[in-house]
Amino acid sequence: MNYSGMLARSAMAMLVGFFVAVAPARAADVEVKIDNFVYNPQQVTVKAGATVIWTNHDDIPHTVTSSTGVFRSKALDTDDKFSFTFTTPGTYKYFCALHPHMTGSIVVEAGP
Amino acid sequence: MTDHEDGPSRRKVLECMTWAGTGVLWTITGGVPHSLGLVGEAAAQEAKGLTFLQISDSHMGFDKPANPNVKSTLEEAIGRIKTMPAKPSFMIHTGDITHLSKVSEFDDAEKIISDARLDVHYVPGEHDIIDPENKLYKERYGRGTKGDGWYSFDANGVHFMGLVNVANLKGGGMGSLGAEQLSWIEDDLKGRSASQPIVVFAHIPLWALYPQWGWGTEDSERALGTLKRFGSVTVLNGHIHQVMQKVEGNVTFHTARSTAFPQPAPGSAPSPGPMKVPDDKLRTVLGTASVTFKQGEQRLAIIDTPLQG
Repeated sequence: MNYSGMLARSAMAMLVGFFVAVAPARAADVEVKIDNFVYNPQQVTVKAGATVIWTNHDDIPHTVTSSTGVFRSKALDTDDKFSFTFTTPGTYKYFCALHPHMTGSIVVEAGP
Repeated sequence: MTDHEDGPSRRKVLECMTWAGTGVLWTITGGVPHSLGLVGEAAAQEAKGLTFLQISDSHMGFDKPANPNVKSTLEEAIGRIKTMPAKPSFMIHTGDITHLSKVSEFDDAEKIISDARLDVHYVPGEHDIIDPENKLYKERYGRGTKGDGWYSFDANGVHFMGLVNVANLKGGGMGSLGAEQLSWIEDDLKGRSASQPIVVFAHIPLWALYPQWGWGTEDSERALGTLKRFGSVTVLNGHIHQVMQKVEGNVTFHTARSTAFPQPAPGSAPSPGPMKVPDDKLRTVLGTASVTFKQGEQRLAIIDTPLQG
């Protein structure tokens, strides 16, 4: 490998490193806990690109099911997680397909 | 055992029912459902006509502190059914056979429940239809059923309707029967004599028992309207893991206990999740209860008889 090739590779590596480093800062993961048959927080506002992670802390399975079919978790047993990355701005309502009185929403704003 | 009243109302009256362990013991003589008295009493041996049991909410696979061994409590319930002096004609299971709709959970339920050597008529709970393609319940129990698994049959002049109110639920709602099933209910009842006793069974209560926890069926009104002309309607549900009853006109609603774990009384806890009781108390909340009511007089009495204690 000649010198310019090495330079290109290290530039590439720096670039990759740059993206890895800044991605979380642009759209941090957001946690939603499921506790006592409630999504907490019930409404979350995130920037486009953010990933929301739900964790079920109940002794009963729950789901995270989009009202418009955008996302649909399997049944989450105790301590199971489900995550979804929101890329398009909008309001995403969801509920538990097993206990549909449980509802929540994710508001996605345009990224910076 | 309650006193019986003579007269036409008697034919309408579902007078008394008895809980056998975690099952409800019923008898129907001459088309009229009435009690056998407490299981094990001499009265049970004298029973004639149709007798059936209700078990519910076995939750095979549940292993949390509220009951780490749901197989053994189901076995105990079945064991008690086997020792009944009057053999019931069949059982109904009002759903949540399994906890997570796994093959192994369905297998465990089958193995234990079949030991009773009775026909079992199932309806699904929401826990029974959560495998990725909702296939397992229908493969096992859906033969000859319509839609998501509803059906009807007649036994000793009584018309039984097994309904499904746990499928295709909508956000913010409760249990739901859906338009297709509601139409089927109307068709199924068309032309039947109003004097034929009707027994409806489904997982989630068909009345708005506690909507804050989703304990009700949002579109049950139309179904109940169709049932109004019948003189004796009994609605048997599970889901809430405790005994609740209500009488409205000729319709008597009641919910059965679970064989797995208790749940809190409506509004008495932050959520309807499994209720942990001290180990030595578990069988007292899964235990026997007898329920007696005189529909004609709109009075009902519930007598709990724990499995233990």
